[in-house]
This record gives sequence, C-alpha cells and structure tokens, in this order.
Amino acid sequence: MTALASEHTTMPVFGHLSPHASRDAQIAHIAEAARQIRIQDLKLVHYANAGHIGGDFSAIDVMATLYGAVLDVTPETVDDPERDRFILSKGHVAGALYTTLAAFGFLPVEDLATFLKPLSALNGHPNRNKVKGIEANTGPLGHGMPIAVGHAISAKLDVSRRRTYVLTGDGELQEGSNWEAMMAASQYELDRLTVIVDRNRLQQGATTRETNDLEPLDQKATAFGFAVVEVNGHDHGQLLDVLSAVPFRPGKPTFVIAHTHKGHPISFMSNNAAWHHKVPSAEQLQQAIDELESAKPTSSNGGQSR
Amino acid sequence: MTTTSLTPEDRIANRPRFDCRNAYVETLAEMAHDNHRIVGVVNDSVGSSKLDAFKKAFPDRLINVGIAEQDMVGVAAGLANGGRIVFVSAASCFLTARALEQIKADVAYSNRNVKLCGMSPGMAYGELGPTHHSIEDIAWLRAIDNMIIVVPADPIETAAALRWAAVTEGPAFIRVSRMSVPEIYGDDYEFVPGKAITVRDGDDVTIISNGTVLWRALGAAEQLADQGINARVISMPTVKPLDTDAVLKAAQETGGLVTAEEATTAGGLGGAVAETVVGNHPTRVTILGVPEFAPTGSAGFLLDRYGMSPEGIADAARALIK
Repeated sequence: MTALASEHTTMPVFGHLSPHASRDAQIAHIAEAARQIRIQDLKLVHYANAGHIGGDFSAIDVMATLYGAVLDVTPETVDDPERDRFILSKGHVAGALYTTLAAFGFLPVEDLATFLKPLSALNGHPNRNKVKGIEANTGPLGHGMPIAVGHAISAKLDVSRRRTYVLTGDGELQEGSNWEAMMAASQYELDRLTVIVDRNRLQQGATTRETNDLEPLDQKATAFGFAVVEVNGHDHGQLLDVLSAVPFRPGKPTFVIAHTHKGHPISFMSNNAAWHHKVPSAEQLQQAIDELESAKPTSSNGGQSR
Repeated sequence: MTTTSLTPEDRIANRPRFDCRNAYVETLAEMAHDNHRIVGVVNDSVGSSKLDAFKKAFPDRLINVGIAEQDMVGVAAGLANGGRIVFVSAASCFLTARALEQIKADVAYSNRNVKLCGMSPGMAYGELGPTHHSIEDIAWLRAIDNMIIVVPADPIETAAALRWAAVTEGPAFIRVSRMSVPEIYGDDYEFVPGKAITVRDGDDVTIISNGTVLWRALGAAEQLADQGINARVISMPTVKPLDTDAVLKAAQETGGLVTAEEATTAGGLGGAVAETVVGNHPTRVTILGVPEFAPTGSAGFLLDRYGMSPEGIADAARALIK
C-alpha cells in the first residue's frame, strides 16, 4: 500500500462565485466541485485505508452546494462573527468535509495527504481547533443539532441575518438529543436555521427501516414545528433553491429531507450498506474514478415543499 | 499559634450561614448588566437556580430549553460559537450525568467559552436521595481534558469564581452550593485558578478541603488546637488544575494529609491529592468523602455520618499523626 502523496492531491480549488452568477452557472459550479471532491475523496479513503466513503458520497452534494453557492463564508471570513455557520453533525464523514473545505480553499489541498496519519490535523472526526472552517468537534451522533440551535439563538439575539445549517445523518435521528433540539428550535421560532437530513436510509449495518424506522419522518418534523421540504439530495438545482430560501417559512425552522444514496453515484457502491466504511481496492478506485471522469453534471428544477 | 480561648461566637460552626446561590445570581446579574455577551442557559431550572430576578432583568438572555440537558449543553456550545459568554445553570446531578458527552465533546474538546454551573451539588438534595445527589461530578469532569473545576467554599468565593470565569475564555465547571455555609473569606478575596489558600497555618498535620466542607475543616482545626495540635488548613477551590506545590509543601512540612470533600471518595480532590504525593513525596493521606449511595438523610447529617463533622475530621487528623 502506498500512502496518499502529493501526486494524489491534484484537486482544483474552486473560487467564490460572483453573487450575480446565474442559477445555471451556480449549478454547473457546484456540480463540477462535487465531482472533483468525490474523485479526491476516493483517493483519500483508498490511501488512508480507512474512512466512511458511503456516507461521504451521500453527503457531498449537500456540502458542495452549501460551500459552492449558499454559505456566506470564505477562507478570508472564516473568523467573521457574521459568517454563516455550517455544522456537520455526522462527523464520521470528516473526509468529505476536509475535501470540500480544501476544494473551496479553506485548507491546502496538499494537506489532504495527511488524512488519518499520525499527528495529522485531519483526524477521523473534525477538530475545529486544528482545521480552519470547522465549527464544532462532532463525532458522537446527535450533537450537531443542539449546537446549531444555540448558534441560531445567538444570531437571533444579535438581530443578525446570518444563517445556520446543520447536516445530520438519518440513522443519527435515533438519538433523542435531536428531538430535544427540534422542540427548542420551534419554541424559539428559529426560521434562519436549516436542518438537512442525509436520508440515505442506511445505517452502519442495515437499513434504518430494519433498525429503528424513522417514518413518517416528514410528519414527525412537521409535528415538531418545522417547515418540511423533501428534495433529491443529489440534485444540485433542488438543493440550491431550497437551501437558499431562508427563511423557508417565516417563524419556522426548516427541515430538509434530502433523499440520497450511500456511495452515489458509483455503480458498485450506490445504496450498498457494505460501503459504510469499506475501503476501495486499487481496481475499485480506478473504476470509480473512471465513472466520475465520464460523468456529466446534471441539473433540474426546485424542490417540492409541503 | 492558636489559643484555646475561642469564645463560642468565634467558633466557625456558630457563625451565620449563607446560601451561595444568592451570591451566584447577584453576581451573574451584575455581570450581565455590564456585558451584553453574557447569557444564561437553563433546563427549566429557573427557580432552583434562583434566577427569577435575572430572568426579569434580561428576559431574552435566559435561554430555557426545557427539561433537556443534552440540548442545554449543546445549545450552550452553539451560543458560544455565536460569541456569547455562556453560564449554564442546572442541578449538578442532571447537568453532569445527563449531558456528560456534550460536556466532553461540545464544550471541552471543542474549547467553547461555556461555564457549567452545577447547582446544589454533592448531597445538597439530601433526602431526595442518590438519584439527585451529585457526588460523582468532580471525578467525572476531572477525567476530561481542558476542563477547569472550581468548588467554592462560601458566597464570596462563589462570586469571585464567577467574575474570573466571565473574563476567562474557555470551559469551566463551577459548583454552586445550596447548603448554607459561613463566610470564610474577606470581601477583598480574589480567586486565582489553580492556587490553594492556606486559611490556617500549622505544621503538625494538614487538612485539604473545599466547598461546603471547608468550614468543617476549620472547625476541626479549632478543636485540634484545643488539644495542642496545630493543623494547617488548605482551601483548594480549584480541583483541576490542582495546586501541586501547596500539596507537596504540606506533605513535606506536616505529618500527613487529610482530604475532606462533599464528593465521592474515588477520583475527587482526595484522588487528585493522592496522585500528586504518590509520585513526588509519598505521604500518608486519609481521604474523607462519600463512599456509597447515601442512605436517607439531610446533607448535614450525611456529611457527619461520613466522618466530615468537625469532630470527625479532627479524629481523622489525629489518627493520621498518632
């Protein structure tokens, strides 16, 4: 096994789009970033011989959309109190977060070569004290949503327009702390808070349905006082439209159920629980990269609200 | 050095006693008045934390998440992310046990500016029993990196610790007692984290204590003085980081160490002192604390039962140097 070296960290860095860019230009920007992030992330996991590639790939389109065209934060404003916040609650997809942050210039792309190596800043779960742009040290599940609620309350006290986004897994919603946080989000009418659920329907070893079914998730979130919207979590146009629409319903926090597939869009990984934390072999790495190299970015229209 | 001519009124056990929560809320409100970044976070614990006046003065800045401790501590970390100085105020038993993972990951490991104020700690809830006792909080939090642990002994030290916490970036855990205690410090007292205070000098034996037990340790020293034994009493408000210099000096200069605290005998102040001497200057240490799920009784009754009446502490000190 060769370690990930500089020749494997060749991902281009994507600049900040002009605020006047057209929707099509934004979608193209996100799509290309997501494609490059996936190629880089595959190498990250292959050469580190560890990682959570399945969950990485279900979440990358959401993160690429946020960092590519939604969040008002750049490497230069990473300490600005008025920046938008993105909190990754499913901290085990740290590899995808690091790669996304590198794609948008928050950390040097070559630093990705240290992923999981002894004493690297790039731990298996994110550490905000070591990597610029990380908002919370997550890893244990069910932590991101309360933190996001706290930040959204703080923004409200400041009468600020800054927004708070939190990405949770779906299996993670089995943790009760999320539902505590949802009650508080509703009580405090945090309409600049957006919860995004990576609804890939798989947890570590089985489907959520077999384990502890979350359905009817939309009705539950509605009952907890959220404006609920469902999107295709791999459709950059739908994601862009919904995540940009803050507040989605005045007075209510937003709950975006992003329907995704673990391992998307790789043919042999997609929707396959075995790829929760499996490492691609050299042949699988090449096949996956070939599939991504030949992929064309797609787009479509906005999401359906309910 | 101390005579046996103490009048009954002079004895610490007979002085007026105060609930530290009053100093807590007065100081918090005063600081919040001067600094708009200060907020409180509670789990429905407005009344038990005596925060009604704070709520009235700063209604927006008392965040009540309801009976939801994990959310409470996560919300506190998020408020700190937004630039607030956050004082979480909740019964210590629920705060530290229910939200331990949030304390570890969201506050300590994330290095957030959150002050965890454990109200009514130890056995303050007395007859409500071990579910509501918080004797384990010190040991649990002492095992967590990047966590300063403060156990004030009187209202003045409680207020001083709060003022320190408000101007110091980073995590801290502060116990706020509801069991009334006599005043030990003067109004000029300044809290210095990690520093012990020799509240009574002596070189026959040392008693190291804090919180609600410190006045009992001073009472023990009065009784020992009556018998011609000069006990040094060290107040150790900061359990972590421990003032190891003061501990080792006492180990070298006196006949032995007694630790006494309203906390479990495993892993608290006593454990910290023992860990210090064993590696540097092996010394006999008697650890007084709560060794079990306590039976029904008031906090005062239970402290007496576990050898932490002034008489009990004096007995332990005498046995150590016999």
